[in-house]
Amino acid sequence: MLDTPAPLVPRDTADLLDAIRTASDAETPLELYGHGTKRGIGHAVAARQSVELSALSGVIFYEPEEIVISVHAATPMAEIETLLAANRQELAFEPQDYGPLFGLPRGSGTIGGALAANLGGPRRIKAGAARDHVLGIAAVSGRGEMFKSGGRVVKNVTGYDLSKGLSGSWGTLAAFTELTFKVLPRAEFSSTLVVFGLDDAAGVELLCRAMSSPAEVSGVAHFPAATAASLPHIGDNTRACTLIRLEGFKTSVLYRAERLNALIGPGQDLVRLDEEASRDLWQAVRDAEPFADHVDPVWRISTAPMHGPAFVEALRAAVTFRHYYDWSGGLVWIEIPDAPADAGASAIRETLSLFGGHATLVRASGIDPSVRRFQPQPPSLAALSRRLKSAFDPLAILNPGRMG
Amino acid sequence: MSTLAMPAPNGAILDRRDEIAAALRAIVPGEGVVSSPEEMRPFETDGLTAYRQLPLVVVLPETVEQVAEILKFCDEHAIPVVPRGSGTSLSGGALPLEDGVLLSMTRFNRVLDIDYPNRTATVQPGVTNLAITKAVAAEGFYYAPDPSSQIACSIGGNVAENSGGVHCLKYGLTTNNLLGIEIVLMSGEIVRLGGKHLDSEGYDMLGLLTGSEGLLGVVTEVTVRILQAPETARAVLFGFPTSEAGGACVAAVIAAGIIPGGMEMMDRPAIHATEAYTKAGYPLDVEALLIVELDGPQGEVDFLIGEVETIARRCGASYVRVSQSEAERQLFWLGRKAAFPAVGRIAPDYLCMDGTIPRKQLPNVLARMREMSEKYGLEVANVFHAGDGNLHPLILYDGNKPGEFERAEAFGADILKLCVAVGGVLTGEHGVGIEKRDLMGEMFNEEDLKQQQRVKCAFDPQHLLNPGKVFPVLHRCAELGRLHVHKGQLPHPDLPRF
Repeated sequence: MLDTPAPLVPRDTADLLDAIRTASDAETPLELYGHGTKRGIGHAVAARQSVELSALSGVIFYEPEEIVISVHAATPMAEIETLLAANRQELAFEPQDYGPLFGLPRGSGTIGGALAANLGGPRRIKAGAARDHVLGIAAVSGRGEMFKSGGRVVKNVTGYDLSKGLSGSWGTLAAFTELTFKVLPRAEFSSTLVVFGLDDAAGVELLCRAMSSPAEVSGVAHFPAATAASLPHIGDNTRACTLIRLEGFKTSVLYRAERLNALIGPGQDLVRLDEEASRDLWQAVRDAEPFADHVDPVWRISTAPMHGPAFVEALRAAVTFRHYYDWSGGLVWIEIPDAPADAGASAIRETLSLFGGHATLVRASGIDPSVRRFQPQPPSLAALSRRLKSAFDPLAILNPGRMG
Repeated sequence: MSTLAMPAPNGAILDRRDEIAAALRAIVPGEGVVSSPEEMRPFETDGLTAYRQLPLVVVLPETVEQVAEILKFCDEHAIPVVPRGSGTSLSGGALPLEDGVLLSMTRFNRVLDIDYPNRTATVQPGVTNLAITKAVAAEGFYYAPDPSSQIACSIGGNVAENSGGVHCLKYGLTTNNLLGIEIVLMSGEIVRLGGKHLDSEGYDMLGLLTGSEGLLGVVTEVTVRILQAPETARAVLFGFPTSEAGGACVAAVIAAGIIPGGMEMMDRPAIHATEAYTKAGYPLDVEALLIVELDGPQGEVDFLIGEVETIARRCGASYVRVSQSEAERQLFWLGRKAAFPAVGRIAPDYLCMDGTIPRKQLPNVLARMREMSEKYGLEVANVFHAGDGNLHPLILYDGNKPGEFERAEAFGADILKLCVAVGGVLTGEHGVGIEKRDLMGEMFNEEDLKQQQRVKCAFDPQHLLNPGKVFPVLHRCAELGRLHVHKGQLPHPDLPRF
C-alpha cells in the first residue's frame, strides 16, 4: 500500500483555491479538516490526500455593538469564545465540544467545523443551532470556484440562503473560507432547578410544561438515575434528575424561578443551583459527559420532545443502553455497551420510524463501516441530496463518502 | 427597473392555451381552473401593483396529489408555473407570466394538527400567518414571526419569502421558526423535509427552501414552532433631536445586553405623516422617534423598562413616554403599523424599499438619502426596524405625472445600491422577485449567482418554476454544469506540507 501523502496546508484562500482546482483538474479527492476534532464522526473519507485548513485563521472584524463577528473559517472556537466573553457576548447556539466524547482535550475545534457539523447545544431548543446564527459565508466549491452568500446583517433575503444549505454538510459541498455570525449578549445570571426522582415520562412531561410556560427556560434535560450519577454538583446522587435552566438578568431569573417553582408544584424534592454550578451542569449536558472517555457506540437522536420517552421505552425490547434527554425530550443521547455488530443501528432506526426523526451514530470506533452513520433518507430526498452535491461538487472531490 | 424584461413568452404555449386549460381541468375538476380574462384579473398582480400581467391560465388545486399532477404535466410539456399564496408579495414574486400557469394555493386553507405538548402547529400553506396565532391563542400560544401583512399573507408565502416582522430580532425569521414542510418538485415528486423534530439528517434543505421565492418547489404543508405568549409587553416612546442620537441609543441598548421584542424607528416625515393619520400622540418636534417594546415575564419587563429609559436619557432623548396600559401600548404601535397607508395619504403613490444596513450606518444613510431626495425631486419618509437594521424608505411620487414613476424607481435603486455599498443588502424581508432582480449584480458577482443557479438546477433543471424572478440572467443548466479545467490559471502549487 502506498504511503499517505502529507496533508496540504494552505496558507490563505488563494492557496486553498489552488489546491482544490488542482484536485479538480486531476479528479483527486480531498479530505478537508480544521483541527480534526470531529474526524471520528461520520464515515471515513475516501481520499488519500488531506487538506488541513487550520492556517485560515483570524478575526476579520468584530463589532460588539452591532452584535456581529466575521472570521476566517478555521479560527479556533476557543479564541472566538474568549474574545466574545471579554465583551459579555457569546455564540448563543451553545456549540457542543465533541472532544470529551472522543477522549480528546476540551477547547479545540474551529468555527468552520462548528458550522459544517451544525452544532447546537442545550440552548438549541430556544435559540437555534449554528444554522440559525450564521449570517454569511464565503467558500470554495468542489468545482474550484469561490462564491459567497448572505452578508453581515440579520435580516437578509437576497438570493438563496446558501449559508444554511451548507450548514451541516460536513465539508462535502464546499470549503468555507470566511464566516460571519450573529452574536448575542451573554446571560448575566444562570440558574438551574433540579427536580429529583421523576421517571422518564414524568420528567419529560415536566420539561414540556416548563417549555410551554412563559418562564422562557433555556435548557431542559432529564437524566435517569444511571446517567445522573455522573452529573457535577449534585452530590452523592442515585436518583433521576430533571434539569430546567433559566438565564438572563438576575432580577428576571429570580422572578422566573419563583414562577417555575409554582409550576412544578409542592411536594417535589428539588434544589436550585446558580452560576458556576449551573454552568457546569449544562456543560455536562452539552458535551455528553456521562459517556465521555468511553469507547462504546454513542447515538444522538432527534425526535419530537414528547416522543423521546416512548421511543426509549420501545427500544428497550431490542437493546440494552444508557441514555439521557436534552431539548425537552427531543434529543436522546444513547450509549450502547456490549453493542451488536451494527451498533444498534437497525433497532434504533426501526423503532424511531414509529415516531419520526433521525438518528446519528456519533461515536462508532470499531464498528463495521457499512453501518450508516447518518440517517438514511427516503429515495426522492436522497436523490435530491445527490443532485445538490453535484451542484457544488460534481466530481465528488470534497470529503467523498463522509455522509455515507 | 421600469424597463424590466420578463422571459419572452413561448408562442407555441400561447397557441395551446385551450388544450392546456382542458388538461388542467382533467386534473382539478369543477371550479378549479380559471381561464377567462375577467376571472383571471384578480391574479394579474401582487403587492407590487406597478406590474401587471394576465397569466395563461389559473389553477386552484385542493390536494397535494393534484399539485403533483399539475407540475408533472407542466414539466413534461415545458410550461412555466408561477406559484401564488395570498398575493401580498411586495417584490413581484407572484407576478404571472403570459405563457405560464398560475398555481394558486388559496384552497389549501386548513389547520391540520396542533400539538401543544410538542409546541407545533401543522397547517396547509394557504392558511394566513395570523390564523395560526388565532388557532392557538386560546391556549396562550402564538406564532412569532409577524409580517405587517399578517392578516392576509399565507404561511406558504412566508416560507417562500422567509418573512420577518417587527419581533424578529428576538424571535427570529420564518426560517428560525419552521420545523418541517412538504414540497412538490417541478417533476411532481413529493418530498417531506423535517417534521416535529429539530435539525436535518442530511443537507439543510429546509433552510435552502426557506426564502427561495417559489423557485425550488411548491410548499403543500407547513409545520411551525409555536411559543407561549409573553406574560406581558410594554412599550416606550423616545424622541431624539437627531437621528444620530436615536441610532446611538439603539446601539447602547444592545450593548447593555438587552434584546427588546421590538425596536422601531421613524424619521421626521414618517412621524408627521403617521401622527396626522392616526393621532397616536407622537411628538412632532423630534427628528427621530424610537419605539422600544419589551416583552417577557413581568418581573423582567419592569426591570428592563427602567434600564432602557436610563440609557435613552443618557443618549439625549428629548421625549420619553412609557405605556401605562395595554391600550396605550397598542396606541404607540398604531402609528407605526399604519405608516404605509399614512404615507399613502400624503402622496398619490409611493414605492416601499427594503434594504438592510449595519445599524451604525443609519445616520450616514439617512443623510445620503436626503441628498438623493433633492437630486430626484421626490420626498422620502423612513420607517426602520432599528434592532436589525432593516430600512423601509417610502418614496413619494405621482404616477400620473409622466416620468415620475421611473424617477422613483431610479431613486429606489440608488438607495439599495447605497445599502449594499455600506455593508448591507438589497432586501431584508420583501424578497428579490422582479423588483430587485436586476440589482443582484450589486451584491453578487457572476460566480456567486451561477452557484445559486446550480442549486436551482438540482430542483428544477428546465427553469420552469417561477422563471424571470430573482436572477437577472438565466443560464441553462447544461451550461452551468460544465467544468472548467483550471490548469495554467494559477502558479504551480507550492503548498507547505508537514
